[in-house]
Amino acid sequence: MTQTPGGEPPAVEGGGLPARTEDDQPVAAPVVRRGMFGVHDTPDTSGYGLLQVRKQPPVSSEPPYGGYFDAVAQALGGALQADGIGFSDAIERVVVDRGEITFHVRRERLVAVCDKLLHDPALRFEIFSGVSGVHYPNEAGRELHAVYHVVSITHNRRIRLEVGAPDADPHIPSVTSVYPAANWHERETWDFFGIIFDGHPALTRIEMPDDWRGHPGRKDYPLGGIPVEYRGTKVPPPDERRWYA
Amino acid sequence: MVRVTTNAHATRGATDAEAEAAAEGRVYNVAGQDWDEIVAGGDEDRSGSEQIVVNMGPQHPSTHGVLRLILTLDGETVTEARASIGYLHTGIEKNLEYRTWTQGTTFVTRADYLMPMYNEAAYCMAMERLLGIEDKLPERAKLMRVLLLELNRISSHLGGIAPFGLELGATTIYMQGFRMRENVLDLFELITGLRMNHAFIRPGGVAQDMPAGGLEAVRDFLREAPRFVQDLRTLIDRNPVFLARTQGIAYLDLQACMALGVTGPLLRGTGLPWDLRKSQPYLDYETYEFDVPTQDTCDAYGRYLVRIDEIEQSLRIVRQCVDRLAERTAPNDPWLIQDAKIGWPARLSLGPDGLGPSPEHIAHIMGQSMEGLIHHFKLVTEGFRVPAGQAYVPVESPKGELGCHVVSDGGTRPYRAHLRDPSFHHLQALALMCEGGLLADVIPAIASIDPVIGGVDR
Repeated sequence: MTQTPGGEPPAVEGGGLPARTEDDQPVAAPVVRRGMFGVHDTPDTSGYGLLQVRKQPPVSSEPPYGGYFDAVAQALGGALQADGIGFSDAIERVVVDRGEITFHVRRERLVAVCDKLLHDPALRFEIFSGVSGVHYPNEAGRELHAVYHVVSITHNRRIRLEVGAPDADPHIPSVTSVYPAANWHERETWDFFGIIFDGHPALTRIEMPDDWRGHPGRKDYPLGGIPVEYRGTKVPPPDERRWYA
Repeated sequence: MVRVTTNAHATRGATDAEAEAAAEGRVYNVAGQDWDEIVAGGDEDRSGSEQIVVNMGPQHPSTHGVLRLILTLDGETVTEARASIGYLHTGIEKNLEYRTWTQGTTFVTRADYLMPMYNEAAYCMAMERLLGIEDKLPERAKLMRVLLLELNRISSHLGGIAPFGLELGATTIYMQGFRMRENVLDLFELITGLRMNHAFIRPGGVAQDMPAGGLEAVRDFLREAPRFVQDLRTLIDRNPVFLARTQGIAYLDLQACMALGVTGPLLRGTGLPWDLRKSQPYLDYETYEFDVPTQDTCDAYGRYLVRIDEIEQSLRIVRQCVDRLAERTAPNDPWLIQDAKIGWPARLSLGPDGLGPSPEHIAHIMGQSMEGLIHHFKLVTEGFRVPAGQAYVPVESPKGELGCHVVSDGGTRPYRAHLRDPSFHHLQALALMCEGGLLADVIPAIASIDPVIGGVDR
């Protein structure tokens, strides 16, 4: 965050924000960034010091999603319904972006959803393509995300699942009972992000040494590094260099 | 019952060892060169089964880098195989978050260093999907990418087959394989300037045009290559020693592949022709003529045959690429996206003092265009902004599905980049392949997965 010279900027409604349409409600959204160009220590001469960037509302897509996405969503909804689970009870929201579909799954329903994805004949996502952790420190209540990709060879489809967990309670059920291949991926995500996959057969560190402290993939974990000396001057390590947000 | 552990780096505490001794009988720790002492120690109770825990690696020539296996042996039978990785973890994914999107190519190319082009392609294509410029890539850039990717498939497969021979004790296979691989690396050196770690595939295209004489060099290679492949096939295909060491070894059938999410030559070795180039084509692969080789033996030998067949198919694709590139004779055919906000401004050229920005470009920004200078400076130091969102782009790498998951927050650096490396994924199947088999068969099992620890650990 930029330290503005005058302290807290005046709380003008929507101050410094780009023009918005009527149906947006920027006032309620918290400010996620002030200023511009990532200026930290020196006085900001860019003229953007009072700029406030507010948190964007979560993106959500409405059906029809296009392509095979509708078939997947319907088949998944039907399969869940057969077990007495409503679609919106398991899936928080669906995002279709850049030709890819993301199902944001409630974590308590993750294993049920994966089970349907693998076993339902209309879904048949056989190949588990891995887990990727992402840390969003600004998303209060769901800081840690686990992103899963699954492929169906039968139907030649690919979808993404995303599950969020709060930092204070970083538990997500393990899908190893459905997809055994998730084993190492979940260990890696635990190792780097500290997400605890409940039900994993042996959730231990995989890349870092066993006695390592902290989870290096997280945003609050520093990159580290030493300054580079070059012709009498010192270039700071990469995570301390000035950068452009 | 006697349990011998040969662990040079014993980390277990004394209490653990004692508890285990109580539970499992006597435990010996052997660090090497002290077998005689154990034998001379004269243990009367050596009846019953003897379990030996062998620490294979991390420094073992046949583990393709620094892979460590913890094998529990009952005689010569492997009863438990555990792979331990992380010895080559270099924090590539974390480092990417602190560099611009363009600089990222220099990092990802070092992940699986035997298939650098695939890492670069997956990363750049994921970035291009975020930028929304997938359909704006120049034709020449796509052709050059396919050319380099398929050449890289050849060199990667040879980097799998040739050391396979060496690990089984056949130095000739190694030398013949690496002779051909050397020719591919020579082409890489000519086209990209480097034999590995190219960082040649860039956001929006490739870094350079085909150099003068490049196509002729590739054509020369294509003339020689079938003979090299034939030499290898003559040497390996019906070699009784090779067959004895690989046929029926490291068995992994379709059901196991599905359960473990295995792709690439391992999956095609079970008879399923799943190849992303055919099923979910990218870079216009649907316009090339090639076959997807399969075998149905589910063993190490079948995987070798799939790989050597794929080399021949890759040669077919390279031939088509060369023909298409040769047809494009129009001057100034772009190889990088025609978007000044993304495409790198400087053209490289070789001067008397080495490789650097071309004199024409320097003359332009220093003598004629202040805006050009500012633009160049901003793009190189600050980078370009990538719209917020996430993308996952898989490519069919020589080892299986290589995916790149990138997340952008709208800034000039990746918010998160993750490589889904096939070697990492497939090493999970090693236990299934090895357990119940003989110790000697662990070596072909590893080689048939063809893992590269640079990609496994990233």
